[in-house]
Amino acid sequence: MSNEANLHGHTEVVTTHPVHHDEHHVHHHKETFVTKYIFSQDHKMIARQFLITGIIWAIIGGLFSVLFRLQLGYPEQSFPILETFFGRWAAGGKIVPEFYYALVTMHGTILVFFVLTAGLSGTFANLLIPFQIGARDMASPFLNMLSYWFFFLASIVMMSSLFIETGPAAGGWTMYPPLSAVRQASLGSKLGSDLWLVSMALFIVSSLLGGLNYISTILNMRTKGMSMTRMPLTMWAIFFTAVLGVLSFPVLLSGAILLLFDRNLGTSFYLSDIVVNGEILSNEGGSAILYQHLFWFLGHPEVYIILLPAMGMVSEILSVNSRKPIFGYMAMVGSLFAICILAFLVWAHHMFVTGLNPFLGAFFVLLTLLIAVPSAIKVFNWLTTLWRGNIRFTPATLFAIGFVSLFISGGLTGIFLGNSTIDIHLHDTMFVVAHFHIVMGVASFFGMFAGVYHWFPKMFARYLNNTLGYIHFWVTIIGSYLIFWPMHYQGLAGIPRRYLDKRAWASFNQFADLDKMITVVSIIVFAVQLMFVFNFFYSIFKGRKVRTQNPWKANTLEWTTPIVAGHGNWEGEIPEVHRWAYDYGKDGRDFIPQTEPIGENESKDH
Amino acid sequence: MDIVSTQQQKKIHPHKFTLWVAIGSIVMMFAGLTSAYIVKSSQAAWREIKMPTTFWYSTAVILLSSLTVQWAVRSFKEREMKRYRLLIGFTVVLGSLFVILQWIGFNQLWDSGVQFKGSSGAGQFLYVIAGLHALHVIGGVIALLVMFMKAFFGKNKNYSSIPVEVASTYWHFVDILWIYLLVFFIWIG
Ligand code: HEM
Ligand SMILES: [Cu+2]
Repeated sequence: MSNEANLHGHTEVVTTHPVHHDEHHVHHHKETFVTKYIFSQDHKMIARQFLITGIIWAIIGGLFSVLFRLQLGYPEQSFPILETFFGRWAAGGKIVPEFYYALVTMHGTILVFFVLTAGLSGTFANLLIPFQIGARDMASPFLNMLSYWFFFLASIVMMSSLFIETGPAAGGWTMYPPLSAVRQASLGSKLGSDLWLVSMALFIVSSLLGGLNYISTILNMRTKGMSMTRMPLTMWAIFFTAVLGVLSFPVLLSGAILLLFDRNLGTSFYLSDIVVNGEILSNEGGSAILYQHLFWFLGHPEVYIILLPAMGMVSEILSVNSRKPIFGYMAMVGSLFAICILAFLVWAHHMFVTGLNPFLGAFFVLLTLLIAVPSAIKVFNWLTTLWRGNIRFTPATLFAIGFVSLFISGGLTGIFLGNSTIDIHLHDTMFVVAHFHIVMGVASFFGMFAGVYHWFPKMFARYLNNTLGYIHFWVTIIGSYLIFWPMHYQGLAGIPRRYLDKRAWASFNQFADLDKMITVVSIIVFAVQLMFVFNFFYSIFKGRKVRTQNPWKANTLEWTTPIVAGHGNWEGEIPEVHRWAYDYGKDGRDFIPQTEPIGENESKDH
Repeated sequence: MDIVSTQQQKKIHPHKFTLWVAIGSIVMMFAGLTSAYIVKSSQAAWREIKMPTTFWYSTAVILLSSLTVQWAVRSFKEREMKRYRLLIGFTVVLGSLFVILQWIGFNQLWDSGVQFKGSSGAGQFLYVIAGLHALHVIGGVIALLVMFMKAFFGKNKNYSSIPVEVASTYWHFVDILWIYLLVFFIWIG
């Protein structure tokens, strides 16, 4: 099937043999506003659509957390601004307890799925795969477009659930039954939960379409000479991310379908022996633990779906900006692979104290702690890549280094939690909140910021403002540690997560000031993110123009395309690749692009 | 610029490959559901069912349709377009018949008292699992219908056998998936 035809949407045109093979002309087709900016099939435009939708979601999800932090920090005070935003949900300027659940649920759902899954993978997989493997576009640009539009639909449904009378889902981002399954159980368990499930089903379709495309593009459409082991690590990371998604999201889908049946048709997959408000439900024989298995079989791979793309980008950015080859390329690939396998074998560590057989738990402890090995290998390799490098401290580099720091901190607390005996004490406390925000939430955001600063010139042919970038980095890294570090102490002291007001426990009052500090810092950090958003949109139109093809002096193929790459990416033939992506500082040369043939006297190592 | 450049031609076509990955993904979904079934079947208040007899007919129908689709691919490759159209048409009819028979089977089961409400059991799973499978068959029927239409009315005469092969592979897959589910229900259920 002709790719040319694919690019422009009429897939029926078929050439029987490779005529006009490589004399690709950067399309002369007339494009309308709609085909160029809205129903675009160009991977670069789809990447931008994912990024901007993700940014909008991030502002909403972030704002929610700032608003409920106000209440957590100052439980006795009332804030008129809360009533302005939430109306009767915060009558008198105080968040209604039920609505607090809705807010944390939405905050988690939005950031985990809509921002750090779709926003992150959607942006960088689409942008980088064709660029870095040397392809004109994705294997199926049409499926790719569908992937964005399913995401858009999912967004619309989720967004609309914020505005209905009974409010959005309020069962936590994990949507455990019976709370999420029994309508009478709470306001959020009414229509809001149905919309949540429908939105997630659409979201899953979107990620599956995307993931299929990423895998098949990476495996099948690499340019001449681009063997798998010559690919930049970003490609490996995105590849494994897609594999995780394609194999785990369908399981969540089946869990969600069963939940929809329980909610709407009276089945008893998850429900048994339930009394609500004195009424006995007829459901019998269901198991709430079954849902947890299905959920976490996705849920744990999901946390790596969020993390791996960030790892890939950090590897690339650290190598480019320390002007040194990445240390231990094959070990990096191997550890990604190991993480990918182990990610499927540890899900029950989220269930140590929710009714799991302790004997089974012992195996999950072992497998969970094993993840520390590939994680440590990666950290070691990032640090050795930086070691004695000629580091250029661009905002992208700083965010990449910040990522490594956060990954170390959060990984260490994971080892606490991975021991089932310690987890009895720590489960469902603020310690868990601290752990996953640092290791997943903030770390992935850092990877994403690093990627945005680094590839912004490729996306928009302009630079982001550097000064604002430095301010963004320093405030965010210091702020994140100030926000989440103290939460470990709160958790160790036994403060449960998801509690709106803990003044009733005298012993927790010692943390009152700490909570105030966390709230104040959250507001500052959020404001700085808005500054980044300003920088982003301002620079799209008014940023310093990119004048050279390869501003970072990097080796990978995306920097061999024109500054503003047209549909099809390269004007002439797709370049051939002769070496891996990490020949920096070799034989006295600063960098050697992948397109340069191996010289006669070149030293051997690659 | 072909999607398959010369040096890639020895490899599997990207669209076929994409299908295989998609099949892996669908397998995971049904693996999730059937393992949920196993976990649940060992718990209290589990209700057994008797398989509706129409499922045997539907099984025969879907097996037959696998033959016709395979024959259609062969005809396409031999450029026997008339026979190809006929066989694709046959497959569409058989596929639709399969879905109808499943529907009748569900109704038999429903009338025999296996319903959604109340305590859990094999029946509730059967509706969900076999229902989702039927949805996948309907997807295949729609794909085949599109190909059928194209073979009749398409402006460009299509000589690439890739779409046909992709559709037939998917068709065999939903066939095998059904056999797996049937054996599963009989064995475990
Ligand atoms: C050495 C590595 C790690 C270990 C041993 C580990 C272990 C654990 C354990 C045992 C829990 C359950 C705690 C509980 O609920 O009681 C947990 C929660 C969590 N972890 Fe990790 N983890 C590690 C790394 C990571 C990474 C890399 C990510 C994400 C990229 C991550 C994301 C999460 C999330 C999101 C939760 C909380 C989910 C929730 O209950 O809402 N973890 N971790
Ligand atoms: Cu986990």
